[in-house]
Amino acid sequence: MCEDTYHAICAIRRFEERLVSLKRDGLIQGSLHLCCGQEAVPVGACRALRSGDALTVTYRGHGWALARGIAPADLFAEVMGRDSSLCGGRGGSAYFSSADHGLLGENSIVAAGLPIAAGAGLAAHMSEDDVVSLVSIGDGAMNQGAAHEALNFAGVLGLPLVVVIENNGWSELTPADAMVMTETLAERAFIYGMAAVRVDGTDAEAVERAVTEAVDRARAGGGPTIIEALTVRLTGHYDLDPQHYRPAEDLARAREQDPLEQLRLRLGGDRVAEIERRVAAELDLAVDAAKRTPYPDPAGAREHVYG
Amino acid sequence: MGEGHAAVREGTRQLTYVLAVNEAMRWGLATYPEALLFGEDVAIPGGPYGASRRLHSEFGARVFDTPISETAMLGAGVGAAMRGMRPIVEIMFSDFFLVALDQMVNQAANVRYTSRGRYSCPLTVRSQQAATPGACRQHTHSFEAFFAHVPGLYVGLPSTARDAYEMLRTAIATDDPVVLLESRALYQEKQEFVLDDPVEAIGGARSLHSGDDLTLITWGRMTRDAVTAAERLHDEGVEVDVIDLRWLAPLDFDAVAKSVESTGRVVIAHEANVTGGFGAELAARIAGELFWHLDAPIARVGAGDVPLPAAPVLQASLLPSADAIVDAARRVVDPA
Repeated sequence: MCEDTYHAICAIRRFEERLVSLKRDGLIQGSLHLCCGQEAVPVGACRALRSGDALTVTYRGHGWALARGIAPADLFAEVMGRDSSLCGGRGGSAYFSSADHGLLGENSIVAAGLPIAAGAGLAAHMSEDDVVSLVSIGDGAMNQGAAHEALNFAGVLGLPLVVVIENNGWSELTPADAMVMTETLAERAFIYGMAAVRVDGTDAEAVERAVTEAVDRARAGGGPTIIEALTVRLTGHYDLDPQHYRPAEDLARAREQDPLEQLRLRLGGDRVAEIERRVAAELDLAVDAAKRTPYPDPAGAREHVYG
Repeated sequence: MGEGHAAVREGTRQLTYVLAVNEAMRWGLATYPEALLFGEDVAIPGGPYGASRRLHSEFGARVFDTPISETAMLGAGVGAAMRGMRPIVEIMFSDFFLVALDQMVNQAANVRYTSRGRYSCPLTVRSQQAATPGACRQHTHSFEAFFAHVPGLYVGLPSTARDAYEMLRTAIATDDPVVLLESRALYQEKQEFVLDDPVEAIGGARSLHSGDDLTLITWGRMTRDAVTAAERLHDEGVEVDVIDLRWLAPLDFDAVAKSVESTGRVVIAHEANVTGGFGAELAARIAGELFWHLDAPIARVGAGDVPLPAAPVLQASLLPSADAIVDAARRVVDPA
C-alpha cells in the first residue's frame, strides 16, 4: 500500500515538475497551478470512488486527473495546447474535463464547481442510483458565495455529495486563516446540518478512510459530508509566483510535511529509487507522446459552440 | 380545466401566456422522464405568477422548491444537465440573474464547446423581465442583449401565449442552454392555438405586419407597441413590415435582410435602454451587410439611459411607446 501510494504521489509530483521544465523549454504557455504537496488528497480520495461517480475539481486539478486515471500523455498534451483526447487543448491546464472519467471539469472560479457537483449529486438522487458526486475546492473557495449556496442546497435536498476542502493554508497569496474568523473550515458544516471531519491531507490513507466513510454515507442516503483535508502547498499559487509574501518558516514547515518525504522515510532509499526510475520512464514516454500529438486544427475552432 | 383554459375550436385551446408556459412545462415533464423543474417557490406555491401550478402534484419529486440561491439553482442545473438530466430552472425576475451569472456565462455556456461535445448542457432557464407600473429598478431590467452576447447560450423572448408555449417546448427539447425571457406584462393575454403541433426547430422570426416602406424590428412586449405604431403609420400612408425576432440567438438575420432589401428603411424598437441594447448589434449588422440597400439612417427606439424609477408617471416618460416608434418611423421615412 505504502509503495503504491508513493508511486501515485510521485507520479503527480514529477508530472508537475515536468510541466515546469516543458514551460521553460517553450512548450507550454500560460500559468500552471501546481499541486505539489497536496497529492495525497486526490490519491486517497479517488481510491474511495467507483468508476461511475462524478468528480469536480479546481484549476489546481492535475493531481486529481492523474489519480482518477487520466493518462499523463493526454494531460501533458492538453496543457501543451495540443489536440489531446481530453479537450483538444480547449481547456488547457486550468479548465479540462473528461467525460470518460466522470470528471465534470476543473474550474477557475474557485467555488463554482460546488453547485455543479451538487447538480451531479442531484442527477444521481433523481435517478435513484447510488452514484456519488465528489468535489474538491480550496480553502479560499469557502469564502465565495457559491459555496454557501451550494452547501445549503445540497444539505436541504440531502444530495449524495462529498465536499473535500483542500486547506493548504494559502488562499491564493493570502494566509487562509487571515480571512476567516473560525478556527476550522469544517465547523461550518454545523450550519448546513451535515457531517464534517478534518483529516491530515498529507496522509493518503487517512484521506481515503475519511472519504470512504463520507461516500458510504452519501450512497446510503445520508446526505453530504464536508472533509477538511489539511495539506501544504510546496510551490507558489501559480508556477511563476515568487512567494515574496510567504514567510520562509512557513515554507520550511510545509516541506517538513511533504507527503512524498514522509513516505520516503518509511520506504527506504532503494525502494524509492526503484519507483522513481519507473515514474521517470513512464513520464518520458508520456512527454514524448504529448510532443508527437499535433496541434488542434484552427479550422475547428468554431465547432461545438452549439449542438 | 381551470381559469384561463377555455376550449375553443376542435384541437385548440385558449390560454393565457402564463398558462401556456405551464402547459409547455407539463409537456416537458411528461415527455422527458429526465426533465426536472426547480426554483424558488415553483413547486408547492406553483410560482408567484402560477407558471408552474399543479406541476408538483402531477410530477412529484421532479418538481421541487429550492432555497433563495440562484447560483446553487443554476449550478445544480448545469451539473445535473451534464449528468443526463434535463433541468428547467426558474429565475423569478431576470434582475435576479445578476447574482448568479457565473453559472450562465462561465459554466453553462462553455460545457459543450470546451469538452468538444463530450458533455452537453440541456438546461432551460426561464425568467421574466421588463417594466410594469410601480416595479422598482431591481424588477424591471431587460437583459436580452447581455445573454445574446454570450456564445453558447440560446436566447428567446416569447411575445404571445402560443410562442410562450412553442418556444419553451423548443427550449426544453434543445440539448444546449437556453435562456427564455418572458414578459410578465403579457402573462394574462390570451390566445387560441393548437397544443399538439410538432416541436419547432430553434430560431425563426415572425412577421406581425406587412409593408414595403419601412422595416420595424422588435421582440417581447414591444411587439404590441410596434403593431399599434404600424397601424397608425398605415393611416398616414406608410406601410410597415413588422418583424418579431422571437429568438436573438440564433438570430434570423435572413428575415431581417429580406425585409430591409425591400424597404431600405429600418427602425429597431426594444424596451431595454438604448445604449448597448441588442438594437445596436442589429444596426451594426444591417449597416455592415445591407448598407447599399439603405435609403436612410437606422433609428433605434428604447428606454432612456437611466435606472428606471418606480413611479408610473416617471416610468411612462422614459419607456418606449407606440408614439416613440411612430416618431422614429416618420424621421426615417422623411429624414428632411
